[in-house]
Amino acid sequence: MSTHSSGPAIETVGLVKTFGETRAVDGVDLTVPAGTVYGVLGPNGAGKTTTVKMLATLLRPDGGEARVFGHDVVHEADEVRGRVSLTGQYASVDEDLTGTENLILLARLLGHRKPTARTRAAQLLEAFGLTEAAGKQVKHYSGGMRRRIDIAASILNTPDLLFLDEPTTGLDPRSRNQVWDIVRAVVAQGTTVLLTTQYLDEADQLASRIAVIDRGRVIAEGTKGELKASVGAGSVHLRLRDADRRPEAERLLRELLVAEVQPEPDPVALTARLSAATSDSAAEQAARALGELTRAGITVDNFSLGQPSLDEVFMALTGREAGPATGRDAGTDTDTDAKDEVAA
Amino acid sequence: MSTVTSTESKDLAPVSTETLTALLVAKERPPRPSSLSTSLTFGWRAMLKIKHVPEQLFDVTAFPIMNLLMFTYLFGGALAGSPDDYIQFVLPGILVMSVVMITMYTGVSVNIDIEKGVFDRFRSLPIWRPSAMVGYLLGDALRYTIASVVMLAMGLLLGYRADGGFVGVVAGIALLLVFSFAFSWIWTMFGLMLRTEKSVMSVSMMVIFPLTFLSNVFVDPRTMPGWLQAFVNNSPVTHLASAVRGLMAGDWPADEIAWTLGWSGLFVVVFGPVTMRLYNRK
Repeated sequence: MSTHSSGPAIETVGLVKTFGETRAVDGVDLTVPAGTVYGVLGPNGAGKTTTVKMLATLLRPDGGEARVFGHDVVHEADEVRGRVSLTGQYASVDEDLTGTENLILLARLLGHRKPTARTRAAQLLEAFGLTEAAGKQVKHYSGGMRRRIDIAASILNTPDLLFLDEPTTGLDPRSRNQVWDIVRAVVAQGTTVLLTTQYLDEADQLASRIAVIDRGRVIAEGTKGELKASVGAGSVHLRLRDADRRPEAERLLRELLVAEVQPEPDPVALTARLSAATSDSAAEQAARALGELTRAGITVDNFSLGQPSLDEVFMALTGREAGPATGRDAGTDTDTDAKDEVAA
Repeated sequence: MSTVTSTESKDLAPVSTETLTALLVAKERPPRPSSLSTSLTFGWRAMLKIKHVPEQLFDVTAFPIMNLLMFTYLFGGALAGSPDDYIQFVLPGILVMSVVMITMYTGVSVNIDIEKGVFDRFRSLPIWRPSAMVGYLLGDALRYTIASVVMLAMGLLLGYRADGGFVGVVAGIALLLVFSFAFSWIWTMFGLMLRTEKSVMSVSMMVIFPLTFLSNVFVDPRTMPGWLQAFVNNSPVTHLASAVRGLMAGDWPADEIAWTLGWSGLFVVVFGPVTMRLYNRK
């Protein structure tokens, strides 16, 4: 937004929130540039929602400072509230009311007169493909419809900053893509979006900058490219014909690629993480490795080259799997891997 | 019940990003609504809930009728010689008791409602903070009005005659509504303070039963032991029942009305801020 281009949309310094003994948010520093989608990525319980609630003035921080468009979230809560909208993990509209009633209710609370509220509600329902369901109680909506009405409720007044707290949790891939389209349309109009997600592909799809949160702390921050570069240029996955030759292949690859080579649980499979330090591209490095293995008489049955996924980023940063994040449905994490399967 | 099953996204009309973009371009913001306007909007929300779940009016229709019939015929003969004589005395009192008892459902609905995600949205809006709570109470005022009208109609059928006429009756009900609105801040407090609706219910019972029964609703306090008289004569429900009884009988008991309004003010001043503190922390 032109009026805010002077400063960041969000700025937090050492933000802390404790619940009893647990430090749910433990010193979070974030700077979110205005007009972008900023991804906050982390597994369940990492402190994402707590952070959002503090930024949206719903929770009082126990330590540190947070400013939204320059306004302190505690002392200038009303100014902040006037500029932000919140869309929770849950459909945060009234389930007992119809879609139309919900939107009119919120439009009235935002200060619209009755006729304007009605028009705006009808327009939004139409834009979101909900006209047919407008007169139904929200409790009868499907997951995808709920998410739509929820986002519609958040943009009754075009907000300067929109919090999307896990907007696609529990949605089927098709509905998820539609939510992504909505987010892109909202951002295109200059709204800043803070997106929290436990889905790596979601952050990859939407966000330009990403902060990775784990156990209440930011463990990495940067553009997608920077984050990926920090774990290397990508990786080569190999399947050998003969399991006995694996140790030899492992040694060869390690020498040749100066890469971290890991044997997989499958006795014939290997993964080599390619270095980003050399001037050779990932493909060139991989081709060289293949040639070397063939010369040594090791038969490679199958070979694939993967872009580093945010899964790998998370793994590299925390030394463990991204927890429940990968459990949504088998396969989504490899979708973003952009693998070029090559039969050898 | 195939009519209410949720439609899956494949049946959903597509999102129209062009229309959406056109809507988002409009960035003008209306001026901040007044506290009265937002409270009334929340009151409208409460009405919509009644519209969608009319069964919830059961407690403001069946329960008061039951109370009236039960107490009139149970105690009437013993206390006043006959139910017909007793109802002249007891109807305003039972009206007060029933409505004050019904106020306790406010706490339960606040407790259930506040756990829903929509409250996070309400609390993130730049509006007068108490309006969500005031809205509840405005919606409840409608319920109390329904209960009052139902009981009066039933009372007229049973032979009750109000000497105060229409004006006296309306004034009595108005005072009862004012008191109920103020008294309900105790329930909003409990609704926000306690963790489960069950505990809200049981704590409410603990408060409401002694408070309503230990009053002059059923009998003249002069028949009670001295220590109990001390409590009963100073109970807000006694003042309210006397005031309503007086108004409906055509007297204008200024001191009782003043006491009732005084208690009402006290409830709002004490429990209103406590409720809002809890609401802001939730």
